[in-house]
Amino acid sequence: MEIKNKAAAGTLESSDIYVVVEPNENGIDLHLESIVYNQFNEEIEKAVRDVLNDFNVENIKIQLKDRGAVECAIRARVETALKRAGGVNS
Amino acid sequence: MSKVVNTLKEVIKLCGLKEGMRVSFHHHLRNGDHVINMVLDEIADMGYKDITVNASSVFDIHAPIVNHIRNNVVTALEVNYMGAVVGREISKGIMNKPVDFRSHGGRPSDIESGKTPIDIAFIAAPTSDNMGNCTGKYGASACGSLGYAFADAMYAKKVVVITDNLVDYPLYDFSISETYVDYVVSVDKIGDPTGIVSGTTKITRDPVGLMMASYATKVIQHSGLLQNGFSFQTGAGGASLAVAKYLKELMLKENIRGSFGMGGITGYLVDMLEAGCFETLMDVQCFDLKAVESIRENKRHREVTASHYASPTVKSAIVNNLDVVILGATQIDTNFNVNVHTDSNGYIMGGSGGHSDTAAGAKLTMIVAPLTRARLSLITDRVLCISTPGKTVDVLVTQRGIAVNPLRDDLIARLKEAKLPIIDINELKNIAEKITGIPNDVKLGDKVVGNVIYRDGTVIDKIRSVVV
Repeated sequence: MEIKNKAAAGTLESSDIYVVVEPNENGIDLHLESIVYNQFNEEIEKAVRDVLNDFNVENIKIQLKDRGAVECAIRARVETALKRAGGVNS
Repeated sequence: MSKVVNTLKEVIKLCGLKEGMRVSFHHHLRNGDHVINMVLDEIADMGYKDITVNASSVFDIHAPIVNHIRNNVVTALEVNYMGAVVGREISKGIMNKPVDFRSHGGRPSDIESGKTPIDIAFIAAPTSDNMGNCTGKYGASACGSLGYAFADAMYAKKVVVITDNLVDYPLYDFSISETYVDYVVSVDKIGDPTGIVSGTTKITRDPVGLMMASYATKVIQHSGLLQNGFSFQTGAGGASLAVAKYLKELMLKENIRGSFGMGGITGYLVDMLEAGCFETLMDVQCFDLKAVESIRENKRHREVTASHYASPTVKSAIVNNLDVVILGATQIDTNFNVNVHTDSNGYIMGGSGGHSDTAAGAKLTMIVAPLTRARLSLITDRVLCISTPGKTVDVLVTQRGIAVNPLRDDLIARLKEAKLPIIDINELKNIAEKITGIPNDVKLGDKVVGNVIYRDGTVIDKIRSVVV
């Protein structure tokens, strides 16, 4: 899947995550900020990369501002951002 | 005769401030207080260094103290509670000496016994006469009770009352008497009323909070303690207030007449007093305008000193007659130890206040808190900081169930019989971790930035720095 335009999903509310995706030329450029970074940074990054993998995304800039979302919420927000970026029909 | 001195600078000179001395403040003006900042700014301007500050609490408005620490004006700090803004800097390790954290009962006990002798007490007073008879009940900056300031007034070597409402002598309805006061300073404003008391404190509308409040009320109902003479304390958090509201309905329905409400008084406890749920309110601190009005107008609403409230060394304190107290927690561990000092990353953002005092005294100590907050479980294997020892905590109420300390067989039996959702605390932790995942341990620094001094004087935990 190709990221065609910049798109966002989620909010900055507690227990949510705000995801911004945009086109990128060379691979996956991932930036994660999280209030639970110390406790869960590996899990969050793995969940995000799983979703990118599921959608065959190879080139993307993805910025995540996590306010303590649980894993299913992270996956859903990333998926929605990808769909809004024009890559797939929802 | 008059004790009025024109400026802070003059009064600091008259008191004979010297490097190495201990100055004290109370926190009744809470996040609206201007007095700590104005006094410390003056002390800094006058060129003093190496001052110990003993303040019953430090709030976010006191952020300027961070610079006084960096400049070695303030080199030691003793508090019962510290807000997150100053707490974050302390956690980064900006002080050489660890902050001594006491409880609301431990602080006056140590002042009275001479463990922490106060050289100069600066007492913010919403109304005072020119001889220092003063009160928090009147004036534009009214805060109600001055409970935490009494030990300072009675035991400091020099006592300065700072007021923005100087009235004719004698102020008949005084809290602190002129017999303790050396000087009075009149300033434009001692604080910002919007930060001193909230206009209204509101109960939560969050269904999770209401559910916890409903469980908490049922625990009280079936504890065996809810009968005539019942006594109760709760905080000002949204869910705690909901308990007060549900409990009031229950007490009126069952025609139970309690003896006293203690606190930390909010409008909801005032409602309970006025509805006849209690004979009296014992008030060490007012949280909202309704409480301030009540303590001024209603004789059954009494101001009490911090020592009377909670000191472990007085001949008797009110906490020892408490039936039920409802408290919060940032973390609780499977041994029921509670953390209210640091957040889940180890940053200081609170303190005992009366937490450990009331837990030690009350017959039923109940923690009410949501099982998870933003992907973090409330329940851990070991809290990052022990504020209140688990042996003094009886029940944890969450939206997913109620855990009872195994030391309380009697209570487990009663609550099971009442068909409340009782669950082992380890099981409750598993439920939380199914939702959140298992967190990595937070690694803290080696430097000790805080000592948690329990009410008996022992250091029950040390707070370590956060590695940035």
